[in-house]
This record gives sequence, structure tokens and C-alpha cells, in this order.
Amino acid sequence: MQRLSRLVAAVGVITLSGAALPAAAAEPLRVVASFSVIGDFAKNVGGDRIALTTLVGPDGDAHVYEPKPADAAAMSAADVVLVNGLHFEGFLRRLAEASGTRATVVELTDGVEPLAAAEEGHAHEAEGDHGAFDPHAFQSIANAKIYVKNIAEAFCAADAEGCDDYKANAEAYAGKLDALDEEVKDAVAAIPPEKRTVITSHDAFGYFEHEYGITFLAPEGISTEAEASAADVAKLIRQVRHEKASAIFVENITNQRLIEQIASETGLKVGGTLYSDALSDADGPAATYIDMMRNNIGAIKAAVLGS
Amino acid sequence: MYDFLVAPFVEFGFMQRALAGSLVLSLSSCPVGVFLMLRRMSLTGDAMAHAILPGAAAGFLLYGLEIVPMTIGGLIAGVVVAMGAGAVSRFTVQKEDASMAAFYLISLALGVLIVSLRGSSVDLMHVLFGTVLALNDEALKLIASIAGVTLLTLTIFWRALVAECLDPLFLRSVSRLGTPVHFIFLGLVVLNLVGGFQALGTLLSVGLMMLPAAAARFWTSRVGPMCVLALAIGFASCIAGLLMSYHASLPSGPAIVLSAGAAYLLSILSGPRGVLRSRVRHHRHRTA
Repeated sequence: MQRLSRLVAAVGVITLSGAALPAAAAEPLRVVASFSVIGDFAKNVGGDRIALTTLVGPDGDAHVYEPKPADAAAMSAADVVLVNGLHFEGFLRRLAEASGTRATVVELTDGVEPLAAAEEGHAHEAEGDHGAFDPHAFQSIANAKIYVKNIAEAFCAADAEGCDDYKANAEAYAGKLDALDEEVKDAVAAIPPEKRTVITSHDAFGYFEHEYGITFLAPEGISTEAEASAADVAKLIRQVRHEKASAIFVENITNQRLIEQIASETGLKVGGTLYSDALSDADGPAATYIDMMRNNIGAIKAAVLGS
Repeated sequence: MYDFLVAPFVEFGFMQRALAGSLVLSLSSCPVGVFLMLRRMSLTGDAMAHAILPGAAAGFLLYGLEIVPMTIGGLIAGVVVAMGAGAVSRFTVQKEDASMAAFYLISLALGVLIVSLRGSSVDLMHVLFGTVLALNDEALKLIASIAGVTLLTLTIFWRALVAECLDPLFLRSVSRLGTPVHFIFLGLVVLNLVGGFQALGTLLSVGLMMLPAAAARFWTSRVGPMCVLALAIGFASCIAGLLMSYHASLPSGPAIVLSAGAAYLLSILSGPRGVLRSRVRHHRHRTA
């Protein structure tokens, strides 16, 4: 019975949309997104017209991801491959070569004003995986709009028929991002300026800091792969003691123990989880980019004002 | 001088914990390292770091990202691999190095398989392995109890262990203890390594186990003094490494292991059984 009603509904959708979009039912645009945040953008721009594969899923760490054969297969069949660029996905160059894909690989940070990596990142730079720039550009909503614009352009280039749809979707989504931007700025304004310093586990929030004026301190440097030194940890603890930092957070993708140790030594309470390089799964508090930014600023505000 | 040597440990609780944790781990793993080296199983530690993966992965599959089930799973996998390798080397013609390699590779492949089943890309080892700067009370208690068990067992079985290392056939001829002692020793190795991984990370636990032992070998040929010397080198490396990490802003694990590495290089050159002095003696002997 249920199956029958679903079938009826599906047939209804196909006949209805079939009139408007003759090409839609034929062949969706095959899109590969490197990690969950980009996947969410692509979903919002592409809607039903694309078949989306996201390589590094929810709560996964793109810094240390090991690709699977299925990933290479998805890539070789793809029409468009969306990546962050600025050396965020260390595994991607090799995977693209190995899969022999003919798809255009689109770097979404194209057009973003890149920020230099924080000094702590140097240990990792030497390994050649991260460049001199901080790749976490999507932590600023202004940059997220550039990502979305780049995605719409890439989709238009690959599928001219759907171009109007993509542009309309991108515009609608950009409107939501503008509203989100206001929301974050209001929340920051509610935090007294001298309390706008918090601690997280790795330097993923450089763009957030630059855009919204909240200072993030981290023991781990810009990639999750680097190891902390005693001097870094000592410096953080001193900063908290001199009341320069007013809240401390764990991130969804990293080992929590170091943060918990700093918290217990300074008496700061861990203010919850910040989502940095990956979304949560569908049931979590950060299932989409907009939810993620809302969760992060909400957690920061609650922890700082509550301290 | 006070500022350089003592102040970091007085000012910061995490430095005290790091010092306590690494010293206590040296206390048990340096002597174990000496026996491992004498038995020519020096690479066991590195093999074990991979071998525990399926246990940790099974713990992760059943209980999610919880440290305790993952550690227990790792211990079980480690014991199975060590015992399996030990049994093969004891009861067949194959030597310990080959059987250990075979068992750890099987174990590692199984672990990768299990992790992939879940389809998660969180680096399990990243989560399981601790760092010396983030020792909480639980980790300290774990290290302390491991050290207690290890030292007690070593004291009880000391003579049998020495005999087993130096002349296993002799031990087998005079006592039935040979095989049990071998397995008890393997158990101790796994316990020290897995506990160390969980508390301090792979590099540091393997490094603290093998480098001081290897360095001590150049200074004496007697087992007792060798253990004491390995301990002293281990202690010195922990202190030097943590101070270097604090003052020069270096990552702590590598700094401690490199300190032990420096002690090893120094021992190669200047120890009585090292390159320079044994040359000199040899030379004199010839001219006399």
C-alpha cells in the first residue's frame, strides 16, 4: 500500500516536472565534492539536477583521509569535481591522477582572498601538504558566497540547459547566507570585546577570526597532523590565566584529550563542540553549513557569556 | 638555572603530569626493552603498533569512540599476535622475527578491513593514541598499574628470564619454566606497549622501550647493570626532552625520543663496548 502510494507520488512528480524540464529525468550531472561542507553547497545549488558523491563524509578529517576504490570510481565517472583548494585535501591530487578523470576539477577558493597560515602551521608546511595559506576559507560566510558562485559557474559550464536553475538556486542560497552573516555579526556584537578570545584544538578558524573579530587560540597548528609542543600548551595556559581567553572548545574531528587537559588545568569548562572541517551526520547539530555556523557561534556566545 | 630546569615543572600541572607519566613508563619499559633486545626482538614494538588495530577497530565498531573498549580490544589483539608468533617460533622451525611479521601483517590487514566496513574516515589511531602533554588521571593510573605489574613480574621471574634470554636450551634442560616464562614475558611486552600507546603515543612508548636499552648495551654486558643503566638513560631523556619541548617549542614526543637517540649515538662512539674504545684496546693488544 505504502509502496503504491509512493509510486503514484513519484509518477506525479515525473509528469509534473517533465513538462518543465525535459532534460532532468534523462541524465543528472555527476558531481563529486571533496568533503561534507562543499557537498552541502553543491546540494543547495544543484538541487535535483545533480547526482552528488561526497568523498570525506560527516565527522571525517580531510587532512588525513585515505581514499577508497569507490572514491576513484566516482571520480573517474564524474562530470564536475569540486574541491576546496589551497592544499586542504592532501589526498586529492593523487586520487585525481589515479582515477584518470576527464572532469574539470574546480577549486572553490578561486577568488577568495587567502589568509597566510598562522605561525604554528610551519611544522606541517615542511611536509608539503599545506601551502603557506590557511585553507579553511569557508569559515567566513562572505567566502562561502564565493564558493557558491564558483559552483554555479562550474555547473553552468558543464550543463548549459540547467544554468537558469543553478543561478536561481545559488541566488536563493546566497540570500540565506546573507541572513546568516547578519545573525553571526549580531551574536558577536553581544559579546564584550575583551572577552572575544577562545581556545580550540587546531587552527581552523582563521577566516572566522578575520571576518568577525573573535580570536581563536589553538595548541595544534593548522593541520590536525602536527603535534603540540610543551611551549605551545604553556603559552595557552598563561593566556587563560591572564584572562585573555574566556572559553575552550573541542572540535568534532580531533582528539579531545589535550583540550580537556588544558581545561582542567585552568578551570575553564569545555564549552561544547565546534564543527570546523566537517559537518555532523544528519541527526547532529551541524548537518548543513548554515546549521554548522549557527551551532558554532551559538556555542561560543553561550560559553563566553556564561563564564 | 632554576628558571631553566625547575620552573616549568612548578608552574604547570601538565608538565608535572608529563614528567611523572614518562618517568613511570620508563621504569617498567626500559628493563623490558633490555630483555627484548637480548632476545633479538627489538622491532616487536613497531610491529605491535600495527598489530593492535583490529582490536581497537572492533572496540570502535561496538562502542563508538570510547577509549576503554578500544584499549581493551587493542590489548586482546596484541596478546593474540604476540602469543601466536611466540607459539609458532617455539613449536615450529620458524624464528620469532618471521612469525611476528606474519602475524602482525594479518592483524593489520584485518584491522584495515574492519575500519573500512564502518566507512568512517576518522583516523582511529589518531584517537586511540595519547600524547604525553595530555595525561589525565586515568592515563596516569593506567601507567602506574602497568609499571607495578611489570616490576613485580620481573622480580619474581628474574633468574628464569635471564637464563631464557641467554641460553634457552639450558633453561629447558633444567626446568619446565622455559615456555611459560617466554609467554609471560610476551604478555608484559604487550601490556607495556599498549598501555604506553594509549597514554603517550606510539613513537614515545616504542622509543622509550628500545633506545635506552640499545644504548646501555654499549656500556656493559651484564643484565642487571644494563637494566639500571637503561633506566637512567630513559629518565634523563624524559627530563631533557620535556625541557627542550618547553624551551625550544618542539613537539614533546619526538623531543624525548631524540634525546634518547642522542644518548644512543653517544654510546656507540664512547661506550667501553662502542666503536672508539674497543678499537683502541684492540690496537694496543696488537702492538703489545
